[in-house]
Amino acid sequence: MTAETKTAAQPTAEFGRPRLRKEDERLITGQTNWTDNIRLPGMLHVAFLRSPYAHARITSVNVSAARAEPGVIAAYSGADFAAEQGSLPCAWPVTPDIVIPAHPPMAVDEVRYAGEAVACVVARDRYAAADALAAIEIDYEPLPPVLDIRTALQDDSPKVHEAGNRSFVWPFAQGDMDAAFRDAPVVLERYYRQQRLIPAAMEPRSVVCSCVGGEFTLWSATQIPHVLRVMLALTTGIPEQNLRVIAPDVGGGFGSKLQVTAEEVLAVLIARKLGRPVKWTETRSEGNMTVHHGRDQWQKITIAADADGRIRGLDVDLLADMGAYLMLVTPGIPLLGAFMYPAIYKMDAYSFTCTGVFTTKMPTDAYRGAGRPEATFAIERIMDDLAAELALDPLELRERNWIKHEEFPYTTVAGLTYDSGNYEAATAKAKELFDYDGLRREQERRRTNNDPVQLGIGVSTFTEMCGLAPSRVLGSLAYGAGGWEQASIRMLPTGKVEVVTGSSAHGQGHETAWSQIVADQLGVAFEDIRVLHGDTQVSPKGMDTYGSRSLAVGGMALVSACDKVVEKARVIAAATLEASADDLEWVPGRFEVRGDPDKSVTIGEIALAAFAAHNLPDGVEPTIDADATYDPDNFSFPHGTHLCATEVDTETGFVTIRSYVCVDDIGTVVNPLIVEGQVHGGLAQGIAQALYEEAVYDDEGNLVTSTLADYLVPSAADLPSYVTGRTESRAANRLGVKGVGEAGTIASTPAVVNAIIDALRPYGVNDITMPCTPERVWRAIQTAQGEQTGSAAEQHAARQSDQTQGNSPQGRDGGAA
Amino acid sequence: MNEIAPRFGTGVTVPGVLRLPKECVLFARKGNRVAEVTVSVDGVKYSDHVEPRLLLVHYLREVVGKTGTPVGCDTSNCGACTVLLNGESVKSCAVLAVQADGGEVTTIEGMATDAGLHPLQQAFHEEHALQCGYCTPGMIMAASDLLRENPHPSDDEIRAGLEGNLCRCTGYENIVRAVRRAAQAGVGA
Repeated sequence: MTAETKTAAQPTAEFGRPRLRKEDERLITGQTNWTDNIRLPGMLHVAFLRSPYAHARITSVNVSAARAEPGVIAAYSGADFAAEQGSLPCAWPVTPDIVIPAHPPMAVDEVRYAGEAVACVVARDRYAAADALAAIEIDYEPLPPVLDIRTALQDDSPKVHEAGNRSFVWPFAQGDMDAAFRDAPVVLERYYRQQRLIPAAMEPRSVVCSCVGGEFTLWSATQIPHVLRVMLALTTGIPEQNLRVIAPDVGGGFGSKLQVTAEEVLAVLIARKLGRPVKWTETRSEGNMTVHHGRDQWQKITIAADADGRIRGLDVDLLADMGAYLMLVTPGIPLLGAFMYPAIYKMDAYSFTCTGVFTTKMPTDAYRGAGRPEATFAIERIMDDLAAELALDPLELRERNWIKHEEFPYTTVAGLTYDSGNYEAATAKAKELFDYDGLRREQERRRTNNDPVQLGIGVSTFTEMCGLAPSRVLGSLAYGAGGWEQASIRMLPTGKVEVVTGSSAHGQGHETAWSQIVADQLGVAFEDIRVLHGDTQVSPKGMDTYGSRSLAVGGMALVSACDKVVEKARVIAAATLEASADDLEWVPGRFEVRGDPDKSVTIGEIALAAFAAHNLPDGVEPTIDADATYDPDNFSFPHGTHLCATEVDTETGFVTIRSYVCVDDIGTVVNPLIVEGQVHGGLAQGIAQALYEEAVYDDEGNLVTSTLADYLVPSAADLPSYVTGRTESRAANRLGVKGVGEAGTIASTPAVVNAIIDALRPYGVNDITMPCTPERVWRAIQTAQGEQTGSAAEQHAARQSDQTQGNSPQGRDGGAA
Repeated sequence: MNEIAPRFGTGVTVPGVLRLPKECVLFARKGNRVAEVTVSVDGVKYSDHVEPRLLLVHYLREVVGKTGTPVGCDTSNCGACTVLLNGESVKSCAVLAVQADGGEVTTIEGMATDAGLHPLQQAFHEEHALQCGYCTPGMIMAASDLLRENPHPSDDEIRAGLEGNLCRCTGYENIVRAVRRAAQAGVGA
């Protein structure tokens, strides 16, 4: 298959068309329905008091003075909820002996991270609620914080939980590691840091809950209304049929709203206690502290190779920071990376161990890419080092090891069967768009001239497993739910169509893309279709949106549902046309009698006939609506080649991305406009990890980066323009589609860091801890130069300084040294 | 939020402070000072008694009922709440309602006219410059001020001009394209 290969199997014109989005009209005019916009009669506002300590025993809480404040209806401490609040769920117990500590939504006896809710006020408006927090009296007995996963497992470390700081150890091995490493001509061992990140969706979390006659309606800025409903029922004991969860317009998620939060549970309990609707909307500072964080791993990776660069074996030993508790899928996140370290490469043996460690910090959980960016970073970084070690071009080394396009489907050493791919095509196209050879020549010139601004070229080839997905596989990994998705097609008597999807969008453009798919399948107009989602009463079943799963799973459910509609319609069409069902030909939009195309009936006419139900054959139900639930038999494996050119000012350490080219193979494309947008946004988040973002805790366990002044979500001025391209190898599903939501994030971080290191290799630099701030880059150069001149004392001083300075927050204006 | 005390920037006229029965006053409690604020929002005049500490964005959202302007942070970094105050863009979370007294506020809800979408709204739609859309109101309002000051910005000037507005979805590429398209359509001219 070549870069030019295009799908031929799509029925009509919508597939592949850059349709402008249906969603936009309300979003660009301010007619949005964010959760925080909701105002219900009699609605009260909740404000939470949060622990200022990372770790402390709560010795007393007195909320009575707060209760006496004007406009305050109620004030509660954790003890007030103790009997009913249950424990926030962890749905992914990755090993049989995993330690899953109790996680009360509101702390009762002990707090284990700064920001944990310890009390709350319910008042007439949000200002009154916030005011009254000051009247709550609470005493703490501080306990020692546990902040570094590298020392948390030592015997003398303070404990986060009584059971100790080890949550689980998850081992995995394939092939003969001894044989792979014994006598290997090249063995490299590297130690990489995946810094802690804050997802920072632009819409802060918000929850509204009403309780009328024992029936609860919860509006939440969530990615997972369906999962949330089940989990709320299990956590609170409220019967599931009495819970309705609505995700109205949701302002971004990136994994951070794939969660069952303390505030959601408490909103339900408070609404039940008071019999009045309540709202809570977080401030950004609350959000930075208490929306789950991402990444935070130390990765030890060892690679064994032959002298020609062929990979023999790979060993990964991972320490993953769980934070203080295990939230919805906290322990599973590193395992989504476990199968991805071998990436696109063939090798004889692979072993992986992940140890999940508790600390007194905000729990980690899914953040765009979830496990796969970490894996891709480590393998792509060490591949560059291996190339440098062997004096090979980094793309040449990759090509010697990657799976050839004619070898698909290919079962990797990690046991995954990649259905499709063409790494040669993506790489060739990326090199062309990038002017790879020209930039290499310029790099050589700058090196020769000792230019203070050096040019670096960073490479990242990647694949990922997404489209989460096969329920059986998820089950084998001890995941607590399935991976199917549901769709319903409702054929309205006026010929219009309602499409109900269980995949709940929050920026991905489902209303547009789903309309395109159904328009093609049913031969109805794009404009005649309305997509409904995000309300468990409207779309009763679903597995929601995460893991780049919506199209590869939810899109396929749509196709299955359309198939059923067509088959039901065929029976009625046969009666209408007085022909045998077998003689009818489905031409999207209508049935024709074979050999007599003038005799035909449209799908809209059939819908009306079903509605009227006057002339249906005996035993035929008067509807052509259909539901389908789709469970794929494999993951989705998008891949791509990303190339980044950075200019590194060796005198200031300042890094400028000069050009960024990515060529992604995400299979066939429903809407190229939406795809390009997904790639752009993914790139921005991946580049942000490489250059800007880090959640920093101080030595006491306080989050220093609690505002967007301290936590550097990049602006337009901080990011480059991107050149994107696509190649296409069809996935093994009927639409040929793969996931795209996380691709950009997964590939871009190592591309940027590899580019910085590539610029600085002549200076003796072979690693810089992310984010590669000007200060860190500058110090890395100084340290390496010190080593080259052999001054041990200088090196030591620089290292010490790097360790302390490296942890200091980079202010928005202070970053550019 | 409880730390916000009544305070005013230099050069700001502090409106008359009066006391009213609390039933009449939104966002004011017994013992708290209240101030009268008269402001035009998207062409409609409003007059209310508010606590001096009330943020303009909360006034817009919760008193006037203009929820098209969202709140994205509490440190005026993200720009989601950007509106025009007397023609210039301000982050309405960093302005007190009383500071807008006597002024004219334009929000995203006031951009489209009977003739249709504002060219910036149209450009954001056509260039796919939004995904979740949460930053979009502020981004469009900031862009309109940018084009007022510089009707024909370069891409770098667009990026620098929107530095105070964060987007987490788009990576900014299409936002830059949209502002460029609106500039070409003559928005700032």
